[in-house]
Amino acid sequence: MTFFFEVLIAGLLSGMLYALVALGFVLIFKASGVFNFAQGAMVYFAALTFVGVGEKLLLWLGWAPGSFASFLGSLLVTLAAMVVLAILIERFMLRGLVNQPLITLFMATIGLTFFIDGLAQLVWGSNVRGLDIGIADEPVIWLLDSANMLVSKFDLTAAAIAAILVALLSLFFQYTKTGRALRAVADDHQAALSIGVPLERIWVIVWVAAGVVALVAGLIWGARNGVQYALSFTALKALPVLILGGFTSIPGAIVGGLIIGASEKLAEVYLGPYVGGGIDSWFPYIMALAFLLIRPEGLFGEKHIDRV
Amino acid sequence: MIYREAGQFKASYEADMQIFPIRQDRIAIAAIVLFAFVGVPLFASEYWFQAIITPALIFSLAALGLNILTGYAGQLSLGAAGFMAVGAFATYNFMLRIDGMPFLVAMVLGGVCAALVGIVFGLPSLRIKGFYLAVATLAAQFFILWVLVKFPWFSNYSASGVITAQEIVILGWTVDEPVEKYLLTLAVVTVLALAAKNLARTHTGRAWMAVRDMDVAAEVIGIPLMKTKLQAFAISSFYCGVAGALYAFTYLGTVEPEAFNLDLSFKILFMIIIGGVGTVLGSFLGAAFITLLPIFLNQLFHALFGDSLPPAFASNVELMIFGGLIIFFLIVEPHGLARLWQIGKEKLRLWPFPH
Repeated sequence: MTFFFEVLIAGLLSGMLYALVALGFVLIFKASGVFNFAQGAMVYFAALTFVGVGEKLLLWLGWAPGSFASFLGSLLVTLAAMVVLAILIERFMLRGLVNQPLITLFMATIGLTFFIDGLAQLVWGSNVRGLDIGIADEPVIWLLDSANMLVSKFDLTAAAIAAILVALLSLFFQYTKTGRALRAVADDHQAALSIGVPLERIWVIVWVAAGVVALVAGLIWGARNGVQYALSFTALKALPVLILGGFTSIPGAIVGGLIIGASEKLAEVYLGPYVGGGIDSWFPYIMALAFLLIRPEGLFGEKHIDRV
Repeated sequence: MIYREAGQFKASYEADMQIFPIRQDRIAIAAIVLFAFVGVPLFASEYWFQAIITPALIFSLAALGLNILTGYAGQLSLGAAGFMAVGAFATYNFMLRIDGMPFLVAMVLGGVCAALVGIVFGLPSLRIKGFYLAVATLAAQFFILWVLVKFPWFSNYSASGVITAQEIVILGWTVDEPVEKYLLTLAVVTVLALAAKNLARTHTGRAWMAVRDMDVAAEVIGIPLMKTKLQAFAISSFYCGVAGALYAFTYLGTVEPEAFNLDLSFKILFMIIIGGVGTVLGSFLGAAFITLLPIFLNQLFHALFGDSLPPAFASNVELMIFGGLIIFFLIVEPHGLARLWQIGKEKLRLWPFPH
């Protein structure tokens, strides 16, 4: 039974990380209806820029990676890069695609994925790098002693960071003027425009927010698995989370992430041996698919009504 | 002056309903097909056959398959490469396990297998649509590759799942030279492309387009949604399956499941975006464009910078240009290269008069 809980907790914690990536999707989808396939590439871009800037800081200023100064410096530079990226995306991509069908926008973000992947590797090189954000990956001692369970401190911290981020975003959406404008745009583009909400600026803000989420996700994923091209594919893992939780719901992204993370790990451990293992590559998709057949709009998604 | 339909009167229903109603079109198509069968083998080198023309034709076929599903029936799919894999591995197994199996029959059976798998993964389309469906087709992509890797029976217990295509013999004619493989591919692609062109204007094709434009309205006017959508999935997967079989047998020779990864699915999707969603011509233009672009860029970098360039630089710039082009096309011409040709045709009809 201890083993079961160990697997479950590991699954929930890794689900938290999926949720973090899914969150970026939800933010952009809610505010602009764009299904941003490039979220994974943004995660990769952010992590790679963070590490790359850290290396440069060591080279030019002698700040050791892992030190506070280096961390802060890299963080600020990366944040600036994400803001610039958001502005460029709005200026050169979204503005040209206003009023196009959503599927066109989706395909444009697939193009964007390739562009960002290429750009990130062009600037920083494509070799795998380690990323140190100062949290040790070791088991929590008292849990190991009292319940004989292996739960990583790193995973717990990461989950806490994710939870704080979600709370902050919810507050931002609920209580600030910009947040209200964002929700207005999400409800109805035209109505928002007609009462004077600046659509273009809102889009930049949303993409910046998604960039910040991507940065946090990139740091945590990067510290866990190393900064490498495979990070770009974490986006794909977030897709079943999205369809499970619903495309428009922030709590949906979290709950969906937890369900997918836990069920993926449990299935791998308990079902995997019967079919030869490696089922976590497709299990989340099939599960989300089976779920869709019962509830086509996801757990917390808005019910879609067709009008002719 | 040259491209004008004035004076071409249609005196019967048959004449009115033919695939290419304008005489110039018929002549042009006949000329192109004739040139492809006779002219190209005379002029092209072995390298061109192996590296450019044959793969471009095969990708055209796969793009055609995806175009049927996404362009005509409006069901976005990210799993085209998965269905290609089914076609390739099924054909291989039919050839392997049944003695004296003719290649063409095996290829068609491979396509049928892909169609059956396509129907299974098309079932969710009855309940869900749009992005949700795209994610469902991703499930197909990952699941199919996993099955092919995990169950070695499919690759006849070879290490790492690599299959080596058997020799192709058609009625005593051994297809092993690049030119012969090209001719075989060309023949298959020509037949299937004509079939697709024809299909688009039949009852089935029109039903697909009705479902694409608005499924509720289509249902109201009496189009059975389930049948129409599953038909689109089946026929699309059949095309992809045949393309996969050709990919393994006439292009690569040895192929592993990983060759049909998500990147290939995206590549095929890009072909139909750049070529033109919902047109047969667009599938060919897009496939040619996507096949030629990397080669062109390679030559360009070579000419500009010589050998001093690190290979990683070139491949990254290629990625960026690729992505940039997709966005550029979507902004400037969302209907793709095929639309440009259509505009050109309209202009030609009037030329040399302004109106």
